[in-house]
Amino acid sequence: MTTKPVNNYAWFFVLPVLAFVMFSSIIPAMTVVNYSVQDTLGANSFFWNGDTAFRALLNPTTEIGARFNDALFRTLAFSLTCLLIEVPLGILVALCLPRKGWAVGISLVLIALPMLIPWNVIGTIWQIFTRADIGLFGAALTGLGLPYNVTQNTISAWSTIVVIDVWHWTPLVVLLSYAGLRAIPDAYYQAARIDGASRWATFANIELPKLQKVLVIAVLLRFMQTFMIYTEPFVVTGGGPGSATTFLSIDLVKIALGQVDLGNGAAMSLVYYLITLTVCWVFYTIMTQLERRRDA
Amino acid sequence: MARIRLDGIAHSYAGKPESDRDYALKPLHHVWEQGQAYALLGPSGCGKTTLLNIISGLVIPSEGHLYFDDVDVTQLPTEKRNIAQVFQFPVIYDTMTVAQNLAFPLKNRRMDKALIDKRVSEIAQMLDLNRDLNRRARGLTADAKQKISLGRGLVRADVSAVLFDEPLTVIDPALKWELRSKLKSVHRALNLLMIYVTHDQIEALTFADKVVVMNDGRAVQIGTPAELFERPDHTFVGYFIGSPGMNLLPASVAGTRARVEGGEIQLGAAYPALPSGKRVQIGVRPDYAVLTTGAGLPVKVKRIADLGRKRLAYVSLGGQPLVTSVPPDMGSIGEDAKVAFDAKHTLVYADDIRVEGTAS
Amino acid sequence: MTLVLDHVGLTEAGVPVISDVTLSLDPGTLNVLLGPTLAGKTTLMRLMAGLERPTTGRILASGRDVTKLSVRRRSVAMVYQQFVNYPSLTVFENIASPLRVAGVGQSEIDSRVAEAARLLRLDNLLQRLPAQLSGGQQQRTAIARALVKRAELVLLDEPLANLDYKLREELREELPRIFAQSGAILVYATTEPTEALLLGGTVMTLREGRITQVGPTALVYRQPANIDAARVFSDPPLNELAIKKSGPLIALASGRTLPAIGALANLADGDYLMGCRADAVAVNNSDPARLTFPGKVAVTEISGSESFVRVDVGTGVWVCLSEGVHTWEPGENVVVGLDVNRAFLFDAAGSLAVPPKMAQSA
Repeated sequence: MTTKPVNNYAWFFVLPVLAFVMFSSIIPAMTVVNYSVQDTLGANSFFWNGDTAFRALLNPTTEIGARFNDALFRTLAFSLTCLLIEVPLGILVALCLPRKGWAVGISLVLIALPMLIPWNVIGTIWQIFTRADIGLFGAALTGLGLPYNVTQNTISAWSTIVVIDVWHWTPLVVLLSYAGLRAIPDAYYQAARIDGASRWATFANIELPKLQKVLVIAVLLRFMQTFMIYTEPFVVTGGGPGSATTFLSIDLVKIALGQVDLGNGAAMSLVYYLITLTVCWVFYTIMTQLERRRDA
Repeated sequence: MARIRLDGIAHSYAGKPESDRDYALKPLHHVWEQGQAYALLGPSGCGKTTLLNIISGLVIPSEGHLYFDDVDVTQLPTEKRNIAQVFQFPVIYDTMTVAQNLAFPLKNRRMDKALIDKRVSEIAQMLDLNRDLNRRARGLTADAKQKISLGRGLVRADVSAVLFDEPLTVIDPALKWELRSKLKSVHRALNLLMIYVTHDQIEALTFADKVVVMNDGRAVQIGTPAELFERPDHTFVGYFIGSPGMNLLPASVAGTRARVEGGEIQLGAAYPALPSGKRVQIGVRPDYAVLTTGAGLPVKVKRIADLGRKRLAYVSLGGQPLVTSVPPDMGSIGEDAKVAFDAKHTLVYADDIRVEGTAS
Repeated sequence: MTLVLDHVGLTEAGVPVISDVTLSLDPGTLNVLLGPTLAGKTTLMRLMAGLERPTTGRILASGRDVTKLSVRRRSVAMVYQQFVNYPSLTVFENIASPLRVAGVGQSEIDSRVAEAARLLRLDNLLQRLPAQLSGGQQQRTAIARALVKRAELVLLDEPLANLDYKLREELREELPRIFAQSGAILVYATTEPTEALLLGGTVMTLREGRITQVGPTALVYRQPANIDAARVFSDPPLNELAIKKSGPLIALASGRTLPAIGALANLADGDYLMGCRADAVAVNNSDPARLTFPGKVAVTEISGSESFVRVDVGTGVWVCLSEGVHTWEPGENVVVGLDVNRAFLFDAAGSLAVPPKMAQSA
């Protein structure tokens, strides 16, 4: 480590960033905290509410509590489903990608394409794609005789959102896993061949352990993003049919902007944020503790 | 057990080789006898790792045939060749204990559990790993990990050969000799064919019964450590083995005397007239070119290197550089000195190949 | 420039890494920093360069206190163990880089780079990229870059450790010659005593962050002031034996007694640690002037001109030297003869009580 010259010039470099962060993040966040303890309809009309909003939210017997509860479970179920599909699928695809030669560049670009499309454009693409009359996907499924209707059938709506997310974000898991696999030195594979290990044994004993750190990152990222999902269900299903695909973020926007119930909305977003933070922290701590205990 | 025969094995990474230069490994004929320990010694890029990989099956040679006990295995994949390989850095299965690591190859062959346990404890005993059998492999030191890698190879009783690719590279220098000693005792105990690749002459000469000196894709000389040191067949071997390497002086040779710039040297044998056009040199190791107060050729001393237990004098014989030894009882040395050559160890080379003389 | 380190120390996270180092390095000298891995050689060199600031003590360059001066303002060049070159620049540009940073004119850059390239035999490689060069060529590029800077202090941190041993031999001979003309202070760190001896100059032995001895290399080799310096300066490792002298006998820890012959005869009574290098012990040598110890052979290591036999003598494993190629089989029972006149005797505090009788003159 180099000991840097000791003076205070560095603070001047930090000031612009500090100012920017203040305006774009900290002040709005403080506003949200402020709103969450008020009853307000915006426009300078504030009535102190204390923790009433929070209590109502976390009490499943109240209307808003029940609604929050439902949305929370729905979102967690969604996250879990997506994770269970995306992570194994991503690893599988990464295992199949070529490691050497000209095909490497092309396959990586093709795999990454879904991630490059702006999110609301994805929503619009799939909205058309799933229409039973002109959408390829919708038409194909109804043609096969399946009762597919994204706006009216709960199962269709759910599975469509899951499919969209898997299509959109599995490439991230693929790229992370691929990078992890490429980092494994050839000698391990050679030793496994000499030891007579089957393909599965090679995967379980060499590749999976070496992918562990990469997978922790992949799971954390995917969890956070699926938990916060907004644009796809908003554009494609509008949160319907009924409240079948009304995830936490959609519900939040309905309350905060639709009903202009800023107090409750702010409280919801705070709780929402804390849940995400807690789950990620717990997960990360468990994984690193397991690592440490394994090394001992 | 296996006897490995190389029949015209050659390898070119670039498809159709046009000339000698395209070959990473030039055509080679050799027989590796079972139970012997061989070392492949040479500078980086000499083809030794390529040769090792051809024997293990990780590289399929572009030419030639490879026979294990007279069975043609040239195209046979690695797992079917029944060899063991120890790599430059330890390769162990992180998630398993030492015992599980050692048992892995046997489990893949679906051997009986009782037999596996017995074999694992035998090998662990031989390699001093029995105390650590139930520890996680990843927490151990580098030399213990290398022993595990080796053990995984030895645990299969029918392994035909053990191949080593510079295995002591990551080992703490203070512990290298212990591992070398362990390798030698394993070799004696199991009487296996072992082939060891290295660029370090001490490792090669310590480990092997016979050393294959390689340079530029070619096997230059194969012999015991003593043969390579006393009678190098090629100037490259003279240069590569020994620190510092052999001195080479341009000379003209007639009968039992050689004429170099600066005088005449008595040779230990009579040499026939050498065809003109060949580059003739005499080679003598610094150990056998000694400064003397008695009779000898006059030289100018450029520099004395004090190595503690001996001294070397870098001198100039008629303009040619020469490295000589200084006898321990010689006091301080001025700019002028005399060097005496040990006739028995003064060798003649024509175009880099040693010429055999008739004893006089 | 004369570099002086005055009671320099460095503590990291409460742990003393370098302790109380006082050195004075003159211009035009070759100084070898000898010590085992993790002794602190790299840290000490970084302190000399100004890459680290010492916790205690001062560093003076020609009398001027430069302790707080940043490395950029000092006249220093450093060559590392890993061949460090700018991967996207050609060899020419790599060598020229310090001159470009200093704003030197193009024609002068051309001539200085050409000169450095000639000295390091890189003339026909100037347009190649580092990735296209062999290990030895890459390291020579790094050395040329250090040379062209004409720095007053040149630090070489085990520069040849990653090269084949033959390449190491060649470069080791060239390096001192190349830098000798520049008049700089050359500091060369190494773990190998043989390398230190081949380089010559002045040696500073380092152990656990402390300098144990400074002096002309051959002299320190022959007369180490203490057991630490002797251990650092022995490869193969020093053969040690704890003895207690009383009267005409010496007693070992095992209870065995031996006659106090040769240099031991005139020794004062007391506890000593006898240390001798591999060339003072021989296998199956029953010269009556030697003390004999039975043992079992562990392994014979052959280097061509010499063979080293490791023998387990009960109190430890000793290394014995033989000229030429000899092999003793592992497990063989042998007798080791120790030449007492070539042994170092260290007293209980670790300093040299009696130097070996047969110290050779340079």
